[in-house]
Amino acid sequence: MTADEIRLTVLRLLGNIAPEADPARLRPNVNLRDQLDIDSMDFLNFAISLHKEFRIEIPERDYPQLATIDGCVDYVQGNGSNGKGESDK
Amino acid sequence: MSEFRMPSLGADMEAGLLVAWQKKPGDKVRRGETIAEVETDKGIIEIESFADGTLEKIVVPEGERVPVGTLLALIQTADEAATPTASAAPAVVPPASATPPPRGAPSPAVTGELVPTSSASTIPRRAVSPAARRKASELGVNVDQLPGTGPGGAVTLDDVQRAASAAPPPTAAPPPAPMTDAERAARMRQTIAAAMSRSKREIPHYYLSHTIDLEPALAWLARENERRAVTERLLYGVLLLKAVALALRETPELNAIWERDRAVTRPDIHVGTAIALRQGGLIAPALHHTDRKSLDELMAGFRDLVNRTRTGGLRSSELSDPTITVTSLGERGVEAVFGIIYPPQTAIVGFGKVVERPWSIGGQIVSRRVITASLSADHRVTDGHRGGLFLSAVERLLQEPDKL
Repeated sequence: MTADEIRLTVLRLLGNIAPEADPARLRPNVNLRDQLDIDSMDFLNFAISLHKEFRIEIPERDYPQLATIDGCVDYVQGNGSNGKGESDK
Repeated sequence: MSEFRMPSLGADMEAGLLVAWQKKPGDKVRRGETIAEVETDKGIIEIESFADGTLEKIVVPEGERVPVGTLLALIQTADEAATPTASAAPAVVPPASATPPPRGAPSPAVTGELVPTSSASTIPRRAVSPAARRKASELGVNVDQLPGTGPGGAVTLDDVQRAASAAPPPTAAPPPAPMTDAERAARMRQTIAAAMSRSKREIPHYYLSHTIDLEPALAWLARENERRAVTERLLYGVLLLKAVALALRETPELNAIWERDRAVTRPDIHVGTAIALRQGGLIAPALHHTDRKSLDELMAGFRDLVNRTRTGGLRSSELSDPTITVTSLGERGVEAVFGIIYPPQTAIVGFGKVVERPWSIGGQIVSRRVITASLSADHRVTDGHRGGLFLSAVERLLQEPDKL
């Protein structure tokens, strides 16, 4: 999966968590919690959706790396997503 | 025959729109099963049956908005079916403008308490001949508003036919349109305002706070989550909920509902969890039997509750059953929150942000992660001494998270 494909997928997953948000207005390097007013439950649900979509394990200690959109893209790329998550089945 | 009425799903709910029936006459219903959907300012709520039995008759059709307490349907309970000699007298159907029960009074439909049959004697029943009642039903005439010319003012068949011929031809009124998000948000704001104003006006609050060392709980949670897949992880909020529930066992006076000018301690602990809505406002549905559930069960229940609060599908019992509320604003950077009690409850617990503070342990100053727990409670029901014992119990329980 390319970085752009991962980014689009991340934005789609964030849209499920915060449906009122406009993905085009999200800044890639700003903390998601601040941009989207998401809480711990939202963030956990987002981490679960990343895990299912990209089939990657996400230890809790890695959560800080998922704080921004850029961070999510880097994390997914760095952890070897095979790009065949649940929605591709 | 048991009466299924529009339940009160909040201290200041006055009416609900019957959106859909999920059962039809003749269908079996089970206690706790959803049989109707009602729209309130909290969204579409699934209304549960309070008894096992058979849905006998639907009184209010889909699309009608009716006051709290209005008879919606009749249910023949399993007991009645088993003993046909039991009184099968039809329950009295109140007029559409039935007076809602006192604010805060639990609805029979949501507490599991059946309306006592003696309630029939409290509602004046019009004398109506059987033929007149049958004809009135066919013609859509409300016999309760008819002047009767029969003996003792009884409504006769002629009275009904005269009223029907004098009445303008019925026109099908369009069903009320569903509320828009903006309308629902405005209504919710009004509801919150009414409930909170009432609370501040009627309940003499007292407030306590207690700073709790959360290090043992957070360290335990980190170890626990390290060995769990992301789908199985716990949030620290679940530990707080469980500690509150177990502390209520030690101070049951705080697990009480104010009813008819007195506090009634509830045997079951149903913690209401304040959940913010993305479009504004909040709802605090119950996590039933909070004290009896494992942390994993609480986590699953909490996640489900958050999802359904934000996307729809809350159940009537979840809105009517909370015996206390827990609210947390820590994730918004707030260090302490002193809540306003949600009537008819008599206490609310608040949690602030987890912060690092210097802490003295065995004469040594160390850095610890701490949280401020607060209690707002009804001084008519408890005093500060009991409240202090409760907060101390919460602190003690959180020092041994593996036992929660």
